[in-house]
Amino acid sequence: MTKLKSTLNILLQYNTLIIFCLLLIISSMISDSFLTQRNIFNLLRQHADIGIISMGMLLVILTGGIDLSVGSMVAFTSVLTAYFVKNGIPLGFTTLSGSIPAAIIMTIFLGMLLGSVSGFLIANRRIAPFIATLAMMSIVSGFAFMVSKGYPIELDESATALQNFGSGYLLGVPYPVWLLFIVFFMILITLRYTVFGRIVIAIGSNETAVRLSGIRVGIYTFLVYTILGGLTALAGIVTTARTNIGTYSRGIGLELDVIAAVVLGGASLSGGKGTAVNTLLGVLILAMVGNIMIHMNIPIQTQKVIKGGIIILAVLLQGLQSKISEKQ
Amino acid sequence: MDQPRVDMQNISKSFGGIHALKEVSLKVKAGEIHALVGENGAGKSTLMKILSGAYQKDSGVIKINGQTASIPSPHAGRKLGIGTIYQEFALAPDLTVAENIFLDHLGSLKGFIHRKKLYAKASELINRLGFDIQPQRLVGQLSIAYQQVVEICKALSQNAEILILDEPTAVLSPTEAEKLFITLKKLQSQGVAIIYISHRLEEIFQIADTISILKDGQITGQVCPDEVTTDQIIQRMIGRQITSLFPERKNKVGDKILSINRLTSEKKIEDISFDLHAGEILGFAGLVGSGRTETARAIFGADRIDQGTIHYQGKPIHIKSPTDALKAGIGLIPEDRKHQGAILPLPIEKNISLPSLWRNYQTAGLINQSKETKDTIDYIQKLKIKTSGPKERVENLSGGNQQKVVLAKWLGGHCSVLIFDEPTRGVDVGAKAEIYQLIQELAQQGLGIIIISSEMIELIGLCNRAIVMREGRIQGELQQKELSEENIMKLAIMKQTA
Ligand SMILES: Nc1ncnc2c1ncn2[C@@H]1O[C@H](COP(=O)(O)OP(=O)(O)OP(=O)(O)O)[C@@H](O)[C@H]1O
Ligand SMILES: [Mg+2]
Repeated sequence: MTKLKSTLNILLQYNTLIIFCLLLIISSMISDSFLTQRNIFNLLRQHADIGIISMGMLLVILTGGIDLSVGSMVAFTSVLTAYFVKNGIPLGFTTLSGSIPAAIIMTIFLGMLLGSVSGFLIANRRIAPFIATLAMMSIVSGFAFMVSKGYPIELDESATALQNFGSGYLLGVPYPVWLLFIVFFMILITLRYTVFGRIVIAIGSNETAVRLSGIRVGIYTFLVYTILGGLTALAGIVTTARTNIGTYSRGIGLELDVIAAVVLGGASLSGGKGTAVNTLLGVLILAMVGNIMIHMNIPIQTQKVIKGGIIILAVLLQGLQSKISEKQ
Repeated sequence: MDQPRVDMQNISKSFGGIHALKEVSLKVKAGEIHALVGENGAGKSTLMKILSGAYQKDSGVIKINGQTASIPSPHAGRKLGIGTIYQEFALAPDLTVAENIFLDHLGSLKGFIHRKKLYAKASELINRLGFDIQPQRLVGQLSIAYQQVVEICKALSQNAEILILDEPTAVLSPTEAEKLFITLKKLQSQGVAIIYISHRLEEIFQIADTISILKDGQITGQVCPDEVTTDQIIQRMIGRQITSLFPERKNKVGDKILSINRLTSEKKIEDISFDLHAGEILGFAGLVGSGRTETARAIFGADRIDQGTIHYQGKPIHIKSPTDALKAGIGLIPEDRKHQGAILPLPIEKNISLPSLWRNYQTAGLINQSKETKDTIDYIQKLKIKTSGPKERVENLSGGNQQKVVLAKWLGGHCSVLIFDEPTRGVDVGAKAEIYQLIQELAQQGLGIIIISSEMIELIGLCNRAIVMREGRIQGELQQKELSEENIMKLAIMKQTA
């Protein structure tokens, strides 16, 4: 009896990993070509942006917050990258043109700036994260439209370096996938070994106790949204590099995929719970589900229904897990 | 014929490898007040949670009124007529007092909540207990003592036949506790079976008919209060004698370290002025709601200061947040361990290191985890925290042991002023003596110490001086030789003159 219970407990505890393995098996059964290196790297490359943002979103969700603006932010930063590369960076008195690194740095800077606006509203003005970032979502998507004037901005020959980054390989691994792994490791280390990561987790678990421990909670909240803004900009750049186009219509609904990935990874939306490894697994689960559905020619509407169902299932599993560990 | 109302037989329960209860049996008759005592982590709360349905037993039988009962959930427990006041409150902080009290039968009003009726009923219940709390206030804004009163009202509203009280008086001052006892006696005469857990042995002798002693998950004795002495109970509880609960006062009161001048904060305290000296232990006495906690919170920057000044070693300081206070060397150990002190889902070591992470436990932003673990092991030994190790989550500890973790958080800091708000809440006698010793040592090192306590004996035994508050103001000050229960109470309930 107790043995059965503890087995069940372990199953639930590792549910993300188990679901991941199951999907891996299903995927390789459905299609012989699934487990080829080429297919896997392709899949990863397509999901690098979601993966990178999920790592930042994990930090935000750990503090008990949420950021709904990441979809718009991807649209805006993808437009910005293309714009800066093509037209140069307007600096008021002069225009800095022809420099891809400068375009990248500027885009990331603006991403962090916008993230910090959300962070300021939430940490300093005490607006609920849901509301603050919902407003930012609208504002930023307006920006994206304004900068692009409603037209996609295509990269030209002057940007081959960026295009190469989007489609090229280093040691057999696509560049965007490298980037994803680097971001993943940085978040992993942050959460496991740094004071910053520790405090982020603690805030999500009991903000009052952290504040009464003499820690300025607001600074950490602010930083978390700023970091997410920067990472989202990075993802926007990657998308532009991969598709050669910056457009305001990119990233619509992407916030859902990102939040779904983090939740599939077992993070709790009330904060304090979640790991980098599981979040990465969540991203991969989402990627595989998408892959299977495309392979089975499931229409896009049905795909949406299935995705939503999976999120509900994941949250239900979580609830079951905490219930069982409570009751013993 | 005369079968017990509650009959628990050979109850066992383990958590992972820890055997919290081993074959425990307990009988309680109708109209009996049965006290359960034992050191921190002995298994008292676990046994009661099994009876109320919050935990499931591994083995054993529970009979209610002679019939074998299965209690798979607290809801099932309530249906069997079991009302419980848990040691760690189970209140919804964002609901009003009235809503909390009637939370379980709000539905009986056909889906709509009739506010007026609800408030009136709640008021009546609170008044019957002899308290005065507005039923429309939010529970989260109440002091911990008033939350306790709400918990008591909630349990009473259910007209339980079996009432479990797990340390209901830990944050109440004697006056309030007395009101509770009157109610309990009344319920007793109505035939309610009452199980009463407390670490305050004097009140157990006052109200209990029977005392069961639990040690390391086993019942080691059942006695009548008139047959034994306090010392004998302590001996059985912790397996040794306590020669003196309070350490010798070797601390030397030195120069003025903190000077509070005409402090007013958020309409809760007014015109508070006092000095604290290095090496001094200063007590704060008063009834529940007299403003002691609010004074501490204002000094610590947790509440807004509207007026008044704070001088630290002669220099004015401006405290706008706990961070400022800590920078100035002022630390506060809050009374509410569940919401303000501990981070329950995190391990002991991560709790203890939290206030001093940046100062003591990092290089270049990376946490020195081996030092963290080592220091935690030291505290576990020093404070006798009963646990499987430093990586155990705080939520798995017994109430008293959680309290010790919260204390340990502040001992490694670099504070020169420490404010303890109910430092021994829920701590057993043995550990109390250790904590008193520790506070005495801190004072000897030259720290200025403020202790807020609802246990007058604690203030009398420990302090060099005590300030008595009433209704948000300082009512008077007592020097060491004037400290007595009588003098404290006189000031605490004195009617204001002029
Ligand atoms: N949910 C849990 N998971 C793991 N261990 C637990 C859990 N609940 C209690 N324990 C352990 O069971 C033992 C008994 O705990 P219990 O809370 O019953 O003690 P107690 O007698 O009420 O102590 P106190 O006087 O401090 O309240 C302790 O060692 C505690 O660590
Ligand atoms: Mg207990």
